[in-house]
Amino acid sequence: MKTTERSAGLLIAGITSVEGPIIRVEDTGIVAYDEFVEIIDSKNQTRVGRVLEVGENFAVIEVFSGTSGLTTAGTSVRFSGRSLQVPVSREMLGRIFNGMGKPIDHGPLPLAHNFADINGQPINPTARIYPRDYIQTGISTIDAMNTLVMGQKVPIFSGSGIPHDLLANQIVRQARIGSQAGTNEERDENFAIVFAGMGIKHDVAESFRNAFTESGALNRVAMFLNLADDPVVERLVTPKIALTLAEYLAFKCDLHVLVVMTDITNYCEALRQISNKRGEVPSRKGYPGYMYSDLANLYERTGRIKGSEGSITQIPILTMPNDDITHPIPDITGYITEGQIVLSRTLTAQDIYPPVSVLPSLSRLMKDGIGEGKTRADHPALASQLYAAYAHVQDVRSLASVIGEEELSSIDQKYFEFGRAFEKQFVNQSFSENRSIEETLTIAWRILSILPKTELTRIKESDIEKYYGTA
Amino acid sequence: MTDAAAVITWINGPVIRARGSSKIAMGDMVGVSDQNLIGEVIGLHDDEMTIQVFEETSGLTPGMPVYSTGLPLSVELAPGLIGSIFDGIQRPLPVIERKTGSFIGRGFGLTPLDRRTRWSFTPLLIKGNKVSEGIAIGSVPETGVITHKIMIPHGISGTLTWVAPANDYTIDEVIARVETEHGEEPITMLRRCPVRKARSFKNRKEKNEPLLTGQRVLDTFFPLVKGGSAIIPGGFGTGKTITQHQVAKWSDADVVVYIGCGERGNEMTEVLQEFPKLIDPRSKRPLMERTILIANTSNMQVAARDASVYTGITIAEYYRDMGYHVALMADSTSRWAEAMREISGRLEEMPAQEGYPAYLSSRLAEFYERAGLVETFNGDTGSVSIIGAVSPPGGDFSEPVTQQTRQYTRVFWGLDKNLASARHFPSVNWLNSYSEYLDNVTEWWQAETQMPWRELRAKAMQILTEEGHLDQIVKLVGPDALPDDQRVTLETARLLREAFLQQNALDEIDTYATPQKQMKMLELILHFQARAEAVVSRGAIINTIQELPILNSLIRMKNTIPNEQLERLDEIRNALDEQFDQLELLYR
Ligand SMILES: Nc1ncnc2c1ncn2[C@@H]1O[C@H](COP(=O)(O)OP(=O)(O)O)[C@@H](O)[C@H]1O
Ligand SMILES: [Mg+2]
Repeated sequence: MKTTERSAGLLIAGITSVEGPIIRVEDTGIVAYDEFVEIIDSKNQTRVGRVLEVGENFAVIEVFSGTSGLTTAGTSVRFSGRSLQVPVSREMLGRIFNGMGKPIDHGPLPLAHNFADINGQPINPTARIYPRDYIQTGISTIDAMNTLVMGQKVPIFSGSGIPHDLLANQIVRQARIGSQAGTNEERDENFAIVFAGMGIKHDVAESFRNAFTESGALNRVAMFLNLADDPVVERLVTPKIALTLAEYLAFKCDLHVLVVMTDITNYCEALRQISNKRGEVPSRKGYPGYMYSDLANLYERTGRIKGSEGSITQIPILTMPNDDITHPIPDITGYITEGQIVLSRTLTAQDIYPPVSVLPSLSRLMKDGIGEGKTRADHPALASQLYAAYAHVQDVRSLASVIGEEELSSIDQKYFEFGRAFEKQFVNQSFSENRSIEETLTIAWRILSILPKTELTRIKESDIEKYYGTA
Repeated sequence: MTDAAAVITWINGPVIRARGSSKIAMGDMVGVSDQNLIGEVIGLHDDEMTIQVFEETSGLTPGMPVYSTGLPLSVELAPGLIGSIFDGIQRPLPVIERKTGSFIGRGFGLTPLDRRTRWSFTPLLIKGNKVSEGIAIGSVPETGVITHKIMIPHGISGTLTWVAPANDYTIDEVIARVETEHGEEPITMLRRCPVRKARSFKNRKEKNEPLLTGQRVLDTFFPLVKGGSAIIPGGFGTGKTITQHQVAKWSDADVVVYIGCGERGNEMTEVLQEFPKLIDPRSKRPLMERTILIANTSNMQVAARDASVYTGITIAEYYRDMGYHVALMADSTSRWAEAMREISGRLEEMPAQEGYPAYLSSRLAEFYERAGLVETFNGDTGSVSIIGAVSPPGGDFSEPVTQQTRQYTRVFWGLDKNLASARHFPSVNWLNSYSEYLDNVTEWWQAETQMPWRELRAKAMQILTEEGHLDQIVKLVGPDALPDDQRVTLETARLLREAFLQQNALDEIDTYATPQKQMKMLELILHFQARAEAVVSRGAIINTIQELPILNSLIRMKNTIPNEQLERLDEIRNALDEQFDQLELLYR
């Protein structure tokens, strides 16, 4: 029911009330829920919005570009009779759009024969292909311990002042499908990037643009930018438009699409604002109870489906308020996505890049993407051992801070040394360093060999024989 | 249908209001608009009804009709359920895929079960037999492991006047007739059963058989019983889903109902692709032949999340009534609670704790009460066990859903973030988890394994508890400052954690352990402790024990010794004794 004949084109002059980004219109006659509307102000400027609630003779509308300057008498509303649809086409690659999908790069309107509803539809689980092909990012902490898989959704949990954008840039530049890894060559023609910026600063947008340019990928990127000074409510639309294009590119054009969305925190703030203005009962910290479903409707638009060669891989970025991973935004995100890459302020302060805090990080799809015939047979156990050992390092460090490093048992001293090597040699790498999976696993074995063999209880004895002390 | 139509007056997301029909009752399933979107009446005030709609409401307008179906929200029950995957309101997802492609559309009235398949029916009763609700009149081999009993539906009793001869029939063909007080009733294999009310049975029975999961920390330390209920609370990434999958794969239930409630699409796909290939160690048949999947993924309509839980439990009860042990997993019940909260919020009901409706508690109670071991009307014993995952915000167990669920369940498998980040899986925290069924299963374990399960378990728990205390000291002074006998305790605790509690779901051998393997492993670790204590008391220092090669065998026994070769554990025990004997020679 995408169109409602009755309300298409209906024009109502005058609105009843304005409350934040929400307006109320009465004497509407028949209007559809979720309908797309145009709001015309007294200066004949048009803004767009969406119907949030309808009664027999009223409609409540959220105005994407905000309501400042609207008067009750001087405003009229035109109903479209359909939900918000956007043009989608391959030509949109290489272009830059604003948060509502209008070109802002002075180029022509892209030619499009297809239009799609920005809300999308849920993928039928029976139609999905379970993702199993690993992506090499060239970053050791990710490839060895939180391996990405094509068609996965993995957010970066960060904080202000932590170089998450740099890391995202590096991933975008270096990511290769595992089977084609090891080459720095041009990526296949079937690769595309969709970038959605929500409430981001100009220089952040610019840094991503530069990164895309440098990697020669600019003509394979579509950027949707809702900047910090753009309307807040528009942020709720930007990622949906971006994902609508991504779905078209992946499932109709058979491209492997990497979607980077930043900053999810700004998106959630917009959600909260609308909800508060509507007087809804909040759940935690003032965020609406439906934030889980709302975010799921973004994040679940990822994956692979039968009958298509393409895929959507999502890397949303969010800044954790107060670096608090239990804050509703990272918390709800972690419950929906297929893992998370957590960045650490402590490592940042020690000038370790990328400052990936491995212990709270996770890739849920890694288990099916690595191992024999994919990366290497010893990889799963090796990763598990690194986790166990580095977790023990944390205990050793806190003990050392009480009794002093010299007083540690000889084994714990080894762990102490391992911890240092882990951070300096394994976690730390340069922005331009693109490690192959072999290199990464070699470094892992080198630092694990600091520990006595008997500590490597998670690794098969035959693999210990094969790799221990060889690097 | 048209005469009883009401008219939509208000729409707010999945909740709408309608007016103008006196024929529609509270709890009725309705068709909304001419697309027949499926909804349920959840409130009735004078002439105005409130409806939750299980499909996307985008594009609905006031003035559109609402039709009654005259039925409460129901499921279809008949052969063909097993091996299927349904959405929250029991629409078969593969059929939806054939209709609308890879993406789920809306507005198609689908029958859950196929009407064309012919099932091989064998009568169990004959003309003249007296029958009433729940009495099996025939059977159908549904899969390689499940024989489906065709039972007399609710509300019918009398005398069989005709039973179809053994042959193949579709589920809506008449296969028997019953002469009742109100005349002759035709019986087919198909039932429609309301989901919000528990199905009835003859009486509850005492639960004294464990529901084995093959997971050591669960079976040995915090056992569940057939007909019992357990809760798995844990923050994201702590292992709720993997634990549920492990139970779905390896538990000794006859039938598994797996509800993916508001979780990831890929997790359902994973089960769908994996289960047909995995072989049940008991029946030697593919796991899919005992499994029913219900998927309301996080991006599907929120109202259907509530329905998915009821759809699942009703199907589970139906197989219980055939005399099967059914295990139901719901991942995650928090999403169900949140769905209640969202609907309640849209109705502007007065919220209780954290925005949840005041009736959250009673809904949870009613749901978990539907677990149980029962004697069926047909005289069989069947059970429904419920294992509910809970996703507490911020991993904080003091929130309302965890707290209230805890009141209505008797096994608590609390998952721990720190264990998970050290990749100690299953991350069940042994200090705050519990089972209230220990007394129920003690005899079973004793009889089955010929080992003193209860004592071994208690000893192990004591060591782990003591480790918790000693850790406090170690944190301040380091382990070297402890006397050697306490360090034996620490070493044994380490073995318990690494060699016993940790269990890798992804390891072919370790993924599940028989009760025999569990007991032998545990006994071996405690035997190590006894020998170590003895030799330390004679003056041996802990380092010599830590250097014994046997430790390596103990730590690796879980993934080197398959369930079928347990005699190899005896070899380890012999080697252990030999090594300690040698050591003792030095301290005579
Ligand atoms: N028993 C287990 N064995 C091995 N790995 C596990 C086990 N349980 C959990 N994991 C790991 O933890 C990750 C998260 O588990 P999952 O069940 O998806 O968590 P949750 O449902 O609580 O968010 C999995 O992807 C897997 O890597
Ligand atoms: Mg889960």
